[in-house]
Formats: sequence, C-alpha cells, structure tokens
Amino acid sequence: MSVSNHPTKTPSSDPKPVRPRQRSDLFQQALRLPIVIWQGLFFIAPLFFLVAMSFFIVRNYRMTEAFEMKNWLKMMSRDYFWDSYGLTIGLATLATLVVMTVAFPAAYTLAFRVSDTTRRWAIFLLIIPFFTSYLVRIFSWYVILAESGVINAMLGYIGLGPYVMLNTKFGTIIGYMTLTLPLVIILQTFSLANIDRRLVEAAHNLGCRPWRTIIRVVLPLAKTGFIIAAVFCFILSFGDFVSPYYLGGSKPPTLPILIVDTVKSGQQWPRAAVVAVVMMVTLFIVAFGGIAAAYRRRTA
Amino acid sequence: MNSDRVLKWFLYGYLALVLVFIFAPIVFSIIFSFNSDRFPTIPLGSFTLKWYETIWQDPDVWEAARTSLIVSFSVATIATFLGFATAYTDYRYRFKLKPLYLALILLPPTIPLIIMALAMLAWFAKIGLAGKVISIIIAHSVLTAPFAMAIIRLRLSQMDASLEAAAWNLGADQWRALRRVIVPFCRPAIISSFCLTAAVSFDEFAIAWFISGLNKTIPVIILEIVTGNIDPQVNAIGSFVFLTSITLVVIAQVVLMTRDKKEKVHHG
Repeated sequence: MSVSNHPTKTPSSDPKPVRPRQRSDLFQQALRLPIVIWQGLFFIAPLFFLVAMSFFIVRNYRMTEAFEMKNWLKMMSRDYFWDSYGLTIGLATLATLVVMTVAFPAAYTLAFRVSDTTRRWAIFLLIIPFFTSYLVRIFSWYVILAESGVINAMLGYIGLGPYVMLNTKFGTIIGYMTLTLPLVIILQTFSLANIDRRLVEAAHNLGCRPWRTIIRVVLPLAKTGFIIAAVFCFILSFGDFVSPYYLGGSKPPTLPILIVDTVKSGQQWPRAAVVAVVMMVTLFIVAFGGIAAAYRRRTA
Repeated sequence: MNSDRVLKWFLYGYLALVLVFIFAPIVFSIIFSFNSDRFPTIPLGSFTLKWYETIWQDPDVWEAARTSLIVSFSVATIATFLGFATAYTDYRYRFKLKPLYLALILLPPTIPLIIMALAMLAWFAKIGLAGKVISIIIAHSVLTAPFAMAIIRLRLSQMDASLEAAAWNLGADQWRALRRVIVPFCRPAIISSFCLTAAVSFDEFAIAWFISGLNKTIPVIILEIVTGNIDPQVNAIGSFVFLTSITLVVIAQVVLMTRDKKEKVHHG
C-alpha cells in the first residue's frame, strides 16, 4: 500500500542511501496508526453517534436507542427553530461581511505598507488573542459596552449617549469580531502578501487608479485566501454561543444557544442532536460552496 | 507623493485602532481586576486586591486550577505526540489514502465546539467515560492535535532530508535515526507545540463545560460565575488565565525564533 519516499529526493547520480529494512513496517505503522485510532475513536465515532442520536427517543427521562423520525418532525415543525435558524445564518453572514471589510485595510497595510519586521510583530500580536480566554474577553466587553460602562461614560463627557449596546445585534457582532477578526486579518495578510507585486505595479504603471487596482487586480488575485478567511469567519460565528448569549441577549436564541439550553435543561439530547446535525449540514454546504468558488477558474 | 503620505498615516492609524479593538478587552479585564467598584466604569474606583483575595481563598478555584493544570499538561503531551507521529508520516511516506488521512487529523478545528461538545458528551456517556477528567483530556487532545501537527510539519519541511539518510548509512536503524536526528531537529517545534496546545486546552470552555461533570476546569468556573451575575472575581481569574496563556504563547514563539537565529548564524 505504501512506498517509502522522501519528498525532497537527492539527485539520482548520488549513491542511494541504504534504507534499513528490518521491522520497517512496524516502524511505519507505529507512527501512522496512533492518530487513525485516536481520531477514529474520539472524533469520527462521536460525530456518527451524534447523527444516530438524533433518531433516538426519550422515554421516562431516559434516552433509548431507536430509529424514529420523531425528533426531526418535532423540531422541523416548530417556528422557533426556523426563527433561530434564520437569525443564526443572518448574524453569521453579517459578521462575515463586517469582519472581512474591517480586516481588509489592516491586512492591506500589513501586506504592502510595512517592513518585514513590523509585519512579523503584528502577526505575533494577532496570534496572542487566539490563545487567550475568549470567555473572559466577552465578559470584559459586557462591562465595557454596558449602559453605565466605559464607552458610554466616555461618550457622556462629550454629551452623547447613553446608547444601548448590550442585548442588541450590535453587541453580538462585536463579540463575533472579537472571536474572528485576528484570524481573518492574518489569513487576508498572507494571501495579499503572496500576490505577485509586479502585476500590481503593472496596473499602476498603466494608469489604473488605486481603487480600481484593488478591485480589478488585487482582490481577484487574493480570491482563494479571502474565501477561506470568509468561510472560517462564518463557521466560527455560526457555531459560537457565547457572544449571542452574553452580548446579544439571546432573544431569540441562536442555534448554538438552542443546543446549550436543550442539553442543560434536561434529557432532550436527541433534539439537540437534530439542531447540531442541521448546523453541520449547513456548514458543509457553506464550506464546499466556498471551496468550489475559491478554486473555480475565472471566466471572462 | 503628499497624498500617499496622508494615506500611509491613515492606514497606520487604522491598523493601530484595530489592534486597540483586539486588545481592549484583555487590557480592561486586567485593569478592572484591581478596581474596587463592583461594576467598573470610568472614572475608575480605587486600587484593590480584594478580588484576588476572594479567589485566593476559594477552594473551588484551587480545585479547578489543579484540574486545569493536569488536563492541559496531559493534553499537551498526547497532542504533541500524535502531532509528531502524523507530521513525520506526512513528511516521509506517500500512500493511497493520504488526503483522507490528513483530513482526519486536520478537520476537528473546523467543527463548531458546541457540536463537538454535544457529540463528545453523548459518546462518552455511551462508552462509560462520562464526567471524568480523562474525558476532558481525550476531547482536548482531539481538538489540539492538528495544531501540533501543523507546527511540527512546518519544521520538518525545513529539514535537509539527507540528514536522516546519512544516519541510516552510518548504520542507525529507523528508530535510532528518529530519536537521534529527527527529534532533536524538531525540538523547538515540539516545545512550541507543547506550549500552544497547553494554552488552547487551558482556555477551552465549551467542551469542558459539557463533559466535565464535577471536575470543573478554570474556564468552566468562569462560565458559571459569568452566568450568575456581574462579579469582578472573573477579572481576577481572567487575568491569571491571560497571564498563563500569554506566557505559554510567548515561550512558544521565542523558542521557535531563537533557534532560527542560531541556525542562521551557524550556517552563515
């Protein structure tokens, strides 16, 4: 099934290295199999079990393994489910548009306008939040955005406000931005930095105006990376329950909040599984749509 | 020329604003942790350490800190091992189902945490691992192994393939070559991956909240306090958590960078 082979081969004129043969299969399998077993048992199996669970039934507060459409019919026929679904998609789409737009000038600056050292430092700074507690940062926003919080206090000095920012879509979007903005800037910066500069300069030399250059030359060249960034932004926002709950007020709940509420309030795991499966299907469609768009050859 | 300069400063200002937005919640959380007001705002109240004293005296927080440390240390070990083995396999071997193999390890971060949390909760209940510390460790390893794999794979791609071949030629068997050539070369990436996977595990709350049962980790404690009411204790615990994760990330970065420099000096 497999051939030992180094990706960077030495030229054939060199003497071939003597590859130790003894127990080579054991060696190879010992390195290859752990991840297959581990992810099989604890990643693939749980996901399949989740799908199966959406057909289980709950009797006398106990979950029983079965194959019935009851949960699906029940959830699909509820208006609140579809309200949540529409809201979650709407918010995630809005977040993706806002984050991609807000990130672009920053990524453009990092890719084209700063030295390598500055870029490296900026990327390092952008990586840090990724490894710091999202929960605490959202709690911090909660206090900052509150009616008597830092922002309204500052606006008060110049005679504005107070504005209601908590329990609004604005609050939710701020939360989503906290989660996704650093990652999107990094991905956009990398795809912009990989563009062949000569093409941009050519457009400039041929008299193309800056905005037109960005729209007609830079963005099409960076398309693949940008679509990947947008897809990640959508997935992260779509699956987050913290921002819409603590900053958005959860009225109506988004799908992730629906899962949390359903699981934490009782034994209705199968119904939560229905929501989870619907979310996964939606994300697969978005991801594959995005990938297809990213690698489609440009017509015209 | 002049308009270009204006544009340049506008862009720099914009970049600075974006970084302010990203770091504002971190900085404010640390400031508020020393602030006396129950509901902190501007102007700030007086300096206090009472929130730190509160958490210092809270046995639940100590218990959670202990669980968190055990979990993130174990997760870092398992994930780094899995990541190394997979990165090496990808580096050295070609086989038919390789795309599928790579998908298997790289996919977990693309699945929303809340879905993984529900799936893990149900699966662990089914196989009799519900509510145990080991189940948090397993779940977090699945989640973080891709990061370990990516970091170590990047390092392996910088390696001269003839190094390992030379070891074979000199009579080392594959295990010995792996231990004496590959592992030392990857050491900075291994240390870095250890720190980063530990940091991710130390902060993860969704899965831990669903499956931890009574073995709460620090983020789960935070989640429970936040759900209750506004309590500046969160800022104190949060600052401690920030300090831990940022330290881990900085160590990871520094280890990678200094090794690079040393090698450059060596070669040049």
